[in-house]
Amino acid sequence: MPALEFEKPIADLETRIEELKAYGSSSNVDMTEELALLEKRLERLRSETYDKLTRWQRVQLARAPGRPTALDYIGKVFTDYQELHGDRAYGEDAAIVGGLARLDGQAVVIIGQQKGRDTKENIARNFGMAHPEGFRKAMRLMDLADKFGLPLITLVDTPGAYPGIAAEERGQAWLIAQSIQKMTRLRIPVISVVIGEGGSGGALAIAVGNRVLILENAVYSVISPESCAAIVWRDAKEAAKAAEALRLTAKDLAEFDIVDEIIPEPKGGAHNDPAGSSDELKKALLKHLAQMHGMDKPALLASRAERFRKLGVFEEIA
Amino acid sequence: MTLERFFRRRPPQQKENMANDDLPDLWSKCPKCNAQVYNKELEQNLRVCPKCGYHHRIPVKRRIEGLLDMGSFQVTSGKVKAKDPLEFVDTDTYVAKLERARKKTGRESAVYAGRGTLAGLPVVVCVMDFEFAGGSMGSSEGEEITRAIELASQEDRSMILVTASGGARMMEGALSLMQMAKTTFALEQLADKGLPYITILADPTTGGVAASFAAIGDIVIGEPDALIGFAGQRVIEQTVRQSLPDGFQRSEFYEKKGFIDMVVDRRQHRETLANLIAALRNQAKPEVTALEIKVPEPPRTGLFGRRK
Ligand SMILES: [Zn+2]
Repeated sequence: MPALEFEKPIADLETRIEELKAYGSSSNVDMTEELALLEKRLERLRSETYDKLTRWQRVQLARAPGRPTALDYIGKVFTDYQELHGDRAYGEDAAIVGGLARLDGQAVVIIGQQKGRDTKENIARNFGMAHPEGFRKAMRLMDLADKFGLPLITLVDTPGAYPGIAAEERGQAWLIAQSIQKMTRLRIPVISVVIGEGGSGGALAIAVGNRVLILENAVYSVISPESCAAIVWRDAKEAAKAAEALRLTAKDLAEFDIVDEIIPEPKGGAHNDPAGSSDELKKALLKHLAQMHGMDKPALLASRAERFRKLGVFEEIA
Repeated sequence: MTLERFFRRRPPQQKENMANDDLPDLWSKCPKCNAQVYNKELEQNLRVCPKCGYHHRIPVKRRIEGLLDMGSFQVTSGKVKAKDPLEFVDTDTYVAKLERARKKTGRESAVYAGRGTLAGLPVVVCVMDFEFAGGSMGSSEGEEITRAIELASQEDRSMILVTASGGARMMEGALSLMQMAKTTFALEQLADKGLPYITILADPTTGGVAASFAAIGDIVIGEPDALIGFAGQRVIEQTVRQSLPDGFQRSEFYEKKGFIDMVVDRRQHRETLANLIAALRNQAKPEVTALEIKVPEPPRTGLFGRRK
């Protein structure tokens, strides 16, 4: 897996350790002491890097190639996934996947924004950027969950809704608005998890849950750092500055109650240990589903409304 | 609708005054048809060019005067003000930007709302003010809109929401984004009570405002030639690397594509809304006193054209 720019010193050291190990076993020179030293240094370097990531580094981790996608988590966290296709009106949007699955035996409906795992797949999935038909597909899966009283799990991972001519022609704004509205009406437990990139309205369209969780290195923002930088400094290269200003990390969002819980990732990020982060995700989903167990339909509706009613920071004028 | 009208783009905003130094601004030049329009006449037409129908932006109070029964409006907004939760700084601080917006508009947020009657029908009207930070939606705007909708639910009033906004406010980060959901939840209470919710999309209505409460009115009305859409035109152009067709993302475009119910001239909003609301509530057709459009006697030409 290619290392991110700020991970290069770690990757370099790892390579040197491997080389030293190989040399030690192929010769009679004892390298135990040297290796121990280097291992210690590696541990320190890892801590130094990952314990104080800048916001921009988090953005890079959230978008890291090899970071588990929605389908990766679906495969590891759930069983019996049956993907369902199409929006029943216009077409099939591969940027949003979904269907039926089981979570520890409990049947659920899943909706996920799906980025590609390589260039070819990214093109097929439009980099996880949905068109209106994608949101319409999400909405019909929501209806399915609601009709059969199944919990809904949504996995958010998109740079945003696709800003193209056809998308606008087919009513992008309307479909996002309708999807949000649909989620306000669901009489089932809904858990939304930001697993990578939560890009603006396209993310919110499937993220109006009773619970909104976020993975430790995921980000959620009203605008991408690049777009923000382009507006403010007329230069997308100032994205690092914009990322700081936008306060888009899991920790930032928890401070404003925009997310309810941060799901820990293994050191180095989910892409370094997909199995580990899947376990953490599963634990969190089971915990929150258990908390909502037995709530009746009006209570599920009311508690979701109440959750969002409180969001916002302003001052009352006396 | 002529093709020419459908495909025209909004010319840049400009105002040219022909008045002398010692005279008040009596005339404006229409940016679309270049006609010299007597300002008083423009005001009486709710800032719609009487010659060509071009819709100038209109101050929020003036818009409400043109909609509601005279003297019936009671303002209820102005209860909250923005904070700076992110301590946002770009080329300037958010605090300084807010201060400028407050000075410019005399308001604490981009939302102006209150109760009143329209042809005797009880309504809440909520208008977004583009003059306040581009009408952008932060926490306080979301809160004011939510409270306006809650007021309509509580007092059994129909809800009219006029949007003019570039979208969610960047300087409050994801908190702004959350207002899209918060306002939508409030609309559900309104729907539960069977109260009409009508949106009027003025120029511009884009981003997170278009993609939440603006788009989901029971009836969605576009103002002529208003720019509407999720993505901004510059962003789309950069994404698709081609220039956009004329008329793209305008009210008339979305009417044709099936996303707004009708394009209505601002001077007809009062009557249209009264009829729609009465029909939705299954009440008798109301008597609507039409907006008075008195064209004053124009002064003799030459009198004001002469320079000192
Ligand atoms: Zn004109």
